[in-house]
Amino acid sequence: MRVARSYRGARAAAGPLVYVGNAQRAALGEWVTLRAEGQPELRGQIIEAGRDVSVVQVLEDTLGLEPAAIEISLTGELANAIVGKDLLGRALSGAQDPRDGQPRPIGEAIRPLWGAPINPTQRLPPSDFIETGISAIDGMNTLVRGQKLPVFSGPGLPALELAATIVENARAPRGEPFAVVFCAIGITERETRTFLDRFTASGALERSVLYLNQAQDPTIERLLAPRAALACAEHLAFVHGLHVLVVLADITNYCEALREVAAAREEVPGRRGYPGYMYTDLASLFERAGVVKNKPGSVTQLPILTMPDDDITHPIPDLTGYITEGQVVLSRELHRRGIFPPVDVLPSLSRLMNAGIGKGRTVPEHRKWADQLYAIYSRGREARMMVAIVGEAGLSPTDRRALELAELFEKELVNQGTQRRTIGETLEAGWRLMDMVPREDLIKLSDELLASRRPQRDAAQRKEA
Amino acid sequence: MSPPIERSTPKLTRVVGALAEATGMRDAKLNELVRIGELGLLAEVLRVTGDRATLQVFEETMGVALEEPVARAGAPLSVELGPGLLGSVVDGIGRPLSALAAITGDFILPGANAPTIERAREFVFTSKVAVGAKVGPGDVLGTVPDRGGFEHRILVPPDRSGLIGKLFEGTRTIEAPIAELTDGTPLFMSHRWPVRRPRPIRARLDASRPFLTGQRIFDFLFPIAEGGTVAVPGGFGTGKTVIEQSLAKYAEADVVIYIGCGERGNEMAEVLHEFARLKDPRHCKPVLDRTVLVVNTSNMPVAARESSVYLGLTIAEYFRDQGYRAAVMADSLSRWAEALREIGSRLQEMPGEEGYPTYLASRAARLHERAGRVTCLGAPNREGSVTLISAVSPPGGDFSEPVTQSCLRVAGALWALDPELAHQRQFPAVDWHTSYSLYADAMGKALDASCDPGWTKARAAIIELLQRDGELREVASVVGPEALEDKDRLLLQVAAIAREIVLGQSAFDPTDAYSTPAKTFRLARAVLQLFDAGKAALEKGATFAELELSQARRALAMLRDAPEADFEARAAEVATRITTLWRGGPS
Ligand SMILES: Nc1ncnc2c1ncn2[C@@H]1O[C@H](COP(=O)(O)OP(=O)(O)OP(=O)(O)O)[C@@H](O)[C@H]1O
Ligand SMILES: [Mg+2]
Repeated sequence: MRVARSYRGARAAAGPLVYVGNAQRAALGEWVTLRAEGQPELRGQIIEAGRDVSVVQVLEDTLGLEPAAIEISLTGELANAIVGKDLLGRALSGAQDPRDGQPRPIGEAIRPLWGAPINPTQRLPPSDFIETGISAIDGMNTLVRGQKLPVFSGPGLPALELAATIVENARAPRGEPFAVVFCAIGITERETRTFLDRFTASGALERSVLYLNQAQDPTIERLLAPRAALACAEHLAFVHGLHVLVVLADITNYCEALREVAAAREEVPGRRGYPGYMYTDLASLFERAGVVKNKPGSVTQLPILTMPDDDITHPIPDLTGYITEGQVVLSRELHRRGIFPPVDVLPSLSRLMNAGIGKGRTVPEHRKWADQLYAIYSRGREARMMVAIVGEAGLSPTDRRALELAELFEKELVNQGTQRRTIGETLEAGWRLMDMVPREDLIKLSDELLASRRPQRDAAQRKEA
Repeated sequence: MSPPIERSTPKLTRVVGALAEATGMRDAKLNELVRIGELGLLAEVLRVTGDRATLQVFEETMGVALEEPVARAGAPLSVELGPGLLGSVVDGIGRPLSALAAITGDFILPGANAPTIERAREFVFTSKVAVGAKVGPGDVLGTVPDRGGFEHRILVPPDRSGLIGKLFEGTRTIEAPIAELTDGTPLFMSHRWPVRRPRPIRARLDASRPFLTGQRIFDFLFPIAEGGTVAVPGGFGTGKTVIEQSLAKYAEADVVIYIGCGERGNEMAEVLHEFARLKDPRHCKPVLDRTVLVVNTSNMPVAARESSVYLGLTIAEYFRDQGYRAAVMADSLSRWAEALREIGSRLQEMPGEEGYPTYLASRAARLHERAGRVTCLGAPNREGSVTLISAVSPPGGDFSEPVTQSCLRVAGALWALDPELAHQRQFPAVDWHTSYSLYADAMGKALDASCDPGWTKARAAIIELLQRDGELREVASVVGPEALEDKDRLLLQVAAIAREIVLGQSAFDPTDAYSTPAKTFRLARAVLQLFDAGKAALEKGATFAELELSQARRALAMLRDAPEADFEARAAEVATRITTLWRGGPS
């Protein structure tokens, strides 16, 4: 692109930002290196190019940096990601340095880190599902290839365990080539370790690329890590035809980093101090999911976020919900009762579910199955609220029955520990529950559908008897 | 501040986000278009201070460097209007996305350029005027059969008039003149119009005609008029997009402009895919044939998000001027407002409420004023309309925020979406207690005349039922439903059936996704009949426990899902069933 040029001394520095005077022909997004005597090299990029002053956002910690004494080199290049199939099985930092003691990957190609929007006319509407092995997802909130479906978690809830379980178990339903890109954003050492151990033990590592930015790693790196991960995922999907599941954890840490930069630039803060452009910024991540015409692969995203104070109206879950195609919500109450995964199916929703289920994908009656179970469960949850008002004794017999069914739903269908269930097993678990419900309460199911189910039901009952 | 360095050739001096600054711009005009950088990215002048101009850039600025050139274009941002727009997908600055794909592939890269209407495409022009005729702004010069047999009327541009000197009928490309005025001015099938300037009209008409949506809850409870405006605010996942899409498919409009403003790419793909296959129930033609898509997904440049709304409205006005009923689905105006905020804050303007620029309310008002039913400019005399349905995405679902409030101040109706209803899977999740329509009385009268004389009365009865239901449910939540009197328990049950059968409507059910006014009315009346029959039975001494309502519910649900051809016969059958349910006293 442009030639490299160097300057000695910056005008000023504050937090992660360095202000450079008269940086000639500086380009927006240009990659910059900063050197000081006896210090490791720092990297950054230009986030504002100005004739008088340009602003460099520094990736690494700027502790002890002396603005007047540094040498600043503008590389003439934009930030890039090294991508390729040889990255499978590797662990890299958010800045793409090796984290597994092996040499730097060579890669097959270089893609711009920032990516570019998929031309909407070149997209194919998502139309097939990914079997995660989790009943509450596969049965009730099916994940569809090309979808972005976040997990809304709360502090202390096992979102990462759920993510790890999914990563171990997920597969394309007809055995199509499948890969995982996992991007840790500011998670703890302990969380990372747990995750890595499970990856290694289950053999999932071989089909995965890991980008690890941990809590102790530089904050600004958090803004780049998911972009490197997505560039890699796009390459694997659209060049190699893999179905790639991208897990981003934790988006809340990403947003904190975004806020930190905005504050350092003294921008007018938006809601709760987060910048006004956070919607656009998050969209530049989440929109990098999809299926492209005439290309076999797909990029599916499973971002994980922690709702501060379990508040779903907090800007992070709120803006995420406005961009993604549904949400899987974890429940503190279910977690307390030892149910894993503690997915609350009432507020959860996969908006693309209908496109991924039904005839030729799962089973034709999947939609009706899910609607009926949802109705049964939500009826039971209403009854549970009634208990709070009128007491258990005040419940009518129908309410009491509804309550029992809701409990069974949680214990039998939602709760599965780390055991994998095929979509068939999930559906069967749901039917078993519905077998206990009187016909007139199964208002979403037709007589024909129930008749076709009867032989299995009778057989099951005979076995019990 | 030091004075800016004088330079003769315009050059970039600052680039940050969607904003750039240039020097050498002394005589630049506000809103003038420029091309910046080596790639020639499209930008617009927002501010001129001495030699310096501030620009908003409509394309991705990553990689744009200082000292790169700036080329002036002179004209403001405008869109080419003519045949060939229907069925197409353009971005916020009017570039057709399929043409961009041919240039930059699956991903949109900056610097690509393509005209809105394909240059080589041929259309067959038939003249409606004769040589020697005097023509003025808005006159219909002739017609062109457009996509799906749509009669595209070719208009004299609003700023042209004269005597027809020559006419060129037959197969022509968009670049070949179809007429020439005696002063030598050529007229074409297309003309350009600046997107930020409303197109002129002859006169505004009142909002007296219903704009039927095919959605029961809207047509029956919160109807809108042709040329009206509605705000549809709701938290994420409450069903705004599904409503916009349902209206785009089924509403009584000749042309639909669907503006995907800062929303999802997959949704656009779905619209394209589905609209190409789905037939509009009135014309039996693919819905896409009457649709123009304006797309700026949330990851496309933010300045083009701001312009996309104006671009869409201009296209709608153009079809209105031909004498058609155009409808604009704007999803979502919040993203438009956020684009204003983002650019305003980079300009370091004094922020108003929640950081939005102080001119948010006035811009929102002006935008809404572009809707309306009008007498069009020019001959022959004709009427046209632009109806605007805008989704609003309030942070945290809180309607007190500035964008929702700015829209509510000017919109004629509010369809308030409620996350609680959405969680209950009660769709459309319209909160019937807070929603309203200022058009309701006039539209009720129109439907009394066109559908059934009982329309207004039935509407009032259903509203009363829902009102009472709300009150009773509050009581029941304290004392439990069992503690209520029998007639109140009946009311709760009937209201639940009304919510399910009349107000509820699945957008994904092929037969029920669209409801004619007749079907809407019959279903509402059947529910009211059920209520009356139940009350009569109670009066005759039956108890609530003896009334078997689930059977009636099932009959009504089956009626709702009955195919259109069978509907009238089944409706009559169900009506008799209901009135005789408890005739012989409790069963
Ligand atoms: N009329 C309807 N019938 C059936 N389901 C519906 C209906 N309306 C909404 N839904 C359900 O709600 C989901 C979310 O709806 P939609 O995408 O329209 O929300 P939204 O308000 O546009 O959200 P966002 O602000 O995030 O874009 C849909 O995917 C669908 O599952
Ligand atoms: Mg939407």
